[in-house]
Amino acid sequence: MSAETHAGEGTGTHTRPGAHDAGGTAEGTGTPGAVSGGAPDSTGTSYIADFQVWRGDLDGGALEDFKVEVFEGEVVLDIVHRLQATQAPDLAVRWNCKAGKCGSCSAEINGRPRLLCMTRMSVFERSETITITPLRANPVIRDLVTDVSYNYTKAREIPSFVPPADLGPGEYRMQQEDVGRSQEFRKCIECFLCQDVCHVVRDHEENKQAFAGPRFLMRQAELDMHPLDAAEESGLDRKSSAQEDHGLGYCNITKCCTEVCPEGIKITDNALIPLKERAADRKYDPIVWLGNKIRRRNGA
Amino acid sequence: MTQVERQQWDVVIVGAGGAGLRAAIEAREQGLRTAVICKSLFGKAHTVMAEGGIAASMGNANPGDNWEVHFRDTMRGGKFLNQWRMAELHAKEAPDRVWELETWGALFDRTADGRISQRNFGGHEYPRLAHVGDRTGLELIRTLQQKTVALQQEDYKETGDYESRLKVFQECTVTRILKSPVEGGAPGEEAVSGVFCYERESGRFFVVEAPSVVLATGGIGKSFKVTSNSWEYTGDGHALALLAGASLINMEFVQFHPTGMVWPPSVKGILVTESVRGDGGVLRNSEGKRFMFDYIPDVFKEKYAESEAEADGWYEDPENNRRPPELLPRDEVARAINAEVKAGRGSPHGGVFLDVSTRMPADVIKRRLPSMHHQFKELADVDITSEAMEVGPTCHYVMGGVDVDPDTAAAIGVTGLYAAGEVAGGMHGSNRLGGNSLSDLLVFGRRAGLHAAQYAASLKGDGRPVVSEEQIESASDEALRPFSAAEVPEGEPAENPYTLHQHLQQSMNDLVGIIRRDEEMTQALERLAELRVRATYAGVEGHRQFNPGWHLAIDLRNMLLVSECVARAALTRTESRGGHTRDDFPDMDRQWRRSNLVCTLADEPVSVDASTQPGEAAKRADRGRIDLRRRDMPPIRPDLLGLFEKEELIKYLTDEELTAE
Amino acid sequence: MATGTRPQPNTSSTESTSRPPDAGGTGGVRTGTRAAIAERHLRTDRWWLAPASTAFGLFLFVVYSTWRALADADYYHAPYVSPFYSPCLAESCEKMQGGPNWALFGDWWPLSPALIILIFPLGFRLTCYYYRKAYYRGFWASPPACGVAEPHKSYSGETRFPLILQNIHRYFFYAAVGVAVILTWDTILGFRNADYEWGHMGLGTVVFLINIVLIWAYTISCHSCRHIVGGRLKHFSKHPVRYRMWGWVGKLNSRHMELAWASLLSVGLADLYVYLLATGAFTDPQLF
Repeated sequence: MSAETHAGEGTGTHTRPGAHDAGGTAEGTGTPGAVSGGAPDSTGTSYIADFQVWRGDLDGGALEDFKVEVFEGEVVLDIVHRLQATQAPDLAVRWNCKAGKCGSCSAEINGRPRLLCMTRMSVFERSETITITPLRANPVIRDLVTDVSYNYTKAREIPSFVPPADLGPGEYRMQQEDVGRSQEFRKCIECFLCQDVCHVVRDHEENKQAFAGPRFLMRQAELDMHPLDAAEESGLDRKSSAQEDHGLGYCNITKCCTEVCPEGIKITDNALIPLKERAADRKYDPIVWLGNKIRRRNGA
Repeated sequence: MTQVERQQWDVVIVGAGGAGLRAAIEAREQGLRTAVICKSLFGKAHTVMAEGGIAASMGNANPGDNWEVHFRDTMRGGKFLNQWRMAELHAKEAPDRVWELETWGALFDRTADGRISQRNFGGHEYPRLAHVGDRTGLELIRTLQQKTVALQQEDYKETGDYESRLKVFQECTVTRILKSPVEGGAPGEEAVSGVFCYERESGRFFVVEAPSVVLATGGIGKSFKVTSNSWEYTGDGHALALLAGASLINMEFVQFHPTGMVWPPSVKGILVTESVRGDGGVLRNSEGKRFMFDYIPDVFKEKYAESEAEADGWYEDPENNRRPPELLPRDEVARAINAEVKAGRGSPHGGVFLDVSTRMPADVIKRRLPSMHHQFKELADVDITSEAMEVGPTCHYVMGGVDVDPDTAAAIGVTGLYAAGEVAGGMHGSNRLGGNSLSDLLVFGRRAGLHAAQYAASLKGDGRPVVSEEQIESASDEALRPFSAAEVPEGEPAENPYTLHQHLQQSMNDLVGIIRRDEEMTQALERLAELRVRATYAGVEGHRQFNPGWHLAIDLRNMLLVSECVARAALTRTESRGGHTRDDFPDMDRQWRRSNLVCTLADEPVSVDASTQPGEAAKRADRGRIDLRRRDMPPIRPDLLGLFEKEELIKYLTDEELTAE
Repeated sequence: MATGTRPQPNTSSTESTSRPPDAGGTGGVRTGTRAAIAERHLRTDRWWLAPASTAFGLFLFVVYSTWRALADADYYHAPYVSPFYSPCLAESCEKMQGGPNWALFGDWWPLSPALIILIFPLGFRLTCYYYRKAYYRGFWASPPACGVAEPHKSYSGETRFPLILQNIHRYFFYAAVGVAVILTWDTILGFRNADYEWGHMGLGTVVFLINIVLIWAYTISCHSCRHIVGGRLKHFSKHPVRYRMWGWVGKLNSRHMELAWASLLSVGLADLYVYLLATGAFTDPQLF
């Protein structure tokens, strides 16, 4: 038996079959997949929903009205995909995993920062007009896509994990209870909804310089609580640096970051407030300060 | 035409998932200037979806574990079709790659004595998967991302520029690998000289000139309708390699998971973990029947229950009862689900019912399956304690990929091209074990980065191939083609790329899906030919700035190429093995064990040649673009064969192979 | 430059060629580079309800407690002393048998003795991480609700005087523990009758018991307390007892808001109860 086939073999002659639903409807010979924006396989109960989607770019834009068919069990991202496939093929939106794990499809729905893929249509009244806008704390690029460079800039400003000098790979020993706190923060999918909702930068562009934002203050807390982080030995005090270099003091713990976190991380209670307390240890607690001073002298 | 910007780097990595970032870190640590190009934002790669863990024989949970046991498990899982040298390197190096992550700040779950905890997984003899709850992939990506940033901080201290030696070009897509004649080489000898890219945000083209290119683009799942993969998985790396002259192997092996969600549409394809069935979930058809009892193959009759009563008894008393048939191997379950759906007894949305709600009290479900309960509640508004889930097979992973040298990850036949991770072929043979993909990314990501760097370093100076203007122009014409709707004849409207994509997905799903037949695959090749023709008329509206329709039109070229590889290879391999199940050839054939099917490019996609008239383009598109040949595998090294019992080898190897020892 | 990684070298800042930043609006979400949306917010739910009710509740308490603290009367009715006046640190205090009379301030203190001691619970609550959120949102509208633009032109948070003083919360916590100890003693004294005989209990005792439990729960659930008992440690595994305590405090801490309101209500009610007894509105029902 020959296992070789060649490209030219076995194909018939195909000419272009008529005009193919170029009008933009998503019907096809098969049943188009939802991910591509088509209608689901079976017509369950469907209804027409009113949407307002912000479209535009740096030069301006506006909320545009759309009427879209919505099927049972869909999320807002499905609707955006249907818009792309049927009415607005160049509608710009970021998305990836569609399962709430990558944090790409961040936007604002009815004025609240949310993941498009984690917002079910069933939470809205059928008569309601649903508004989708890009994240309003970021510079806009186009439609639902915004410039998220603030976050990547801030990420670079946070000093990285400092490995202990005396431990090689494979020699790390950590107890589960010691890694638990940092593990909670490492659940972060970097959707940056907290960075969007935080009024410190959302309402005050000028604070972006000084303020790292909830996600990256949490990153500092994560590293400061890492049982083997050797920052202190290397001369870096993450506690006061959070206050002095990354704007921890701007946080007035109004908890919007925690409210919008799709991972349910208790950003304020478990990261920001403990970090504030740790900064207070260093800077505002004479007893602790004195104790450290004495201990250091004794240790030396 | 406007001047396309050029940048010079030493190593270019295409893809910023686990393999890509690991390669980038390695190349940068070798001291070379490294550029990473990725379609999404930095840190959003599909690797985050991996849940189970990273397989590495650290022996923390069971000291009996070592690389030899891991190697054995990997070869068994792949039904001995694995590139054995890759499987060997993988098993040997995985522990170091995991430990190294800890020194970069990763926080795995711990054992009582403070080491990395390891969990059991299907196919692994010992508990072997390092993990962080069910988000190991996220931890892996985040750690590599943060290590990348750490290196950038070092560079900043030294040069004042974070991106002086390691830069991530986010939201950019590579459409072509560029090759140029080697100076002083043999006539016609070419080597990689760079990549042609566009920025998704602005649509602007640019060229990154570099002598080494590492492909780390992941898989091809988006060619199938039901898949657990994200939009990025359009087989870009596979197609780029083909177009650059490399070959793909094992493309017929696509792993389907039997229970992915099929409904509601928002979650179509997302995995439903096997433990749902292990904990008592049963499969029913639309008539309410537990159909799996009808699908127990003879070889398994001894081990599986014959009645519902007996099956139900197993959960409490496995000593005196046989296992429920829902726990048959993945391919058996998938085949059964497939048969029920085809017989018209499927659920309303083309799957079957997986039910735990009538089997356990609500509080027990919530306690035993918290993440599944949460997943369905959050994503689907389905309460699995009160209603059944609808499930069906979902495309999960492609074992096939670029034919590479096992030690250096260099693509065979293209100087300067490397591939690592899912886009590379061979490592997993015909079927991948859970947990082996994350370790694969790290082991071969590092190797690819290392050897790409060494090769680039060897060329420092004038020895580098130079990208010519003509190459840039033709790549640019190809990328812009979807905008020239004027080429569509007789004023007809252009083809909608979304529609074409849906048809492609539907065809692959229906005809080259989990269970394959000769006629269906032949039909699939027909349909692919038709879609290729239609794709030459694919057009888009709007402009180049963040235009998803345009991006999809460009990705279609890749998906069509890769789909053709899958269909042709699947049609040719007349046996069933691992991720390739033939209805008409249900058994494994030892003769086929010795062979890989190798795909190469037969004809350039027409869109590259803008001067081609649409009519001609269509004519050429009608012909297939892929050549396929059968190639023998290198014999397994005797000392590695020695790790197995003779009785086991007899099942896989031919008599002559066994006596050749 | 969308993602900070645009290919061109040496571009580092956001370019907006057509509109300079802020040209289009008034800053914040109307900054020129952001999506051009005129509305301060697009929320369709009743987002104002939470800050409004918070502000209303706090306002009521402030009015009530100010009146009661300045009243300098009707705060003792044997055996109960109003928590607003305990410990009573001035000469002018009513004599309370076995009660918290320590005339530390002598007779020169001209004002209500409540003012001396109330500073501590007041400071504790003012700097409390929950109340800060409550009044920043409710009174300062900074922000009024998530995703709703705040009306202020500039914002420096807790980086400057006076708000930087919020960092001394832990000292108020220490003081609050002291106050709670005294209130506990007051509660124990409540197991007497009006003639100071032990072994009795009235409805007031129940009110005081509930109050002191809530006061303790609120005090212990404080974020500073959570930090002090264990949160500041790097290695829980080396301090198993403190780790366990941290866990308990953490559980309480997740109810800090509820406890803050419940204890605020209960302390007000305890005072009101004493006031009603002292003014003779009714007599304390004796249980035994």
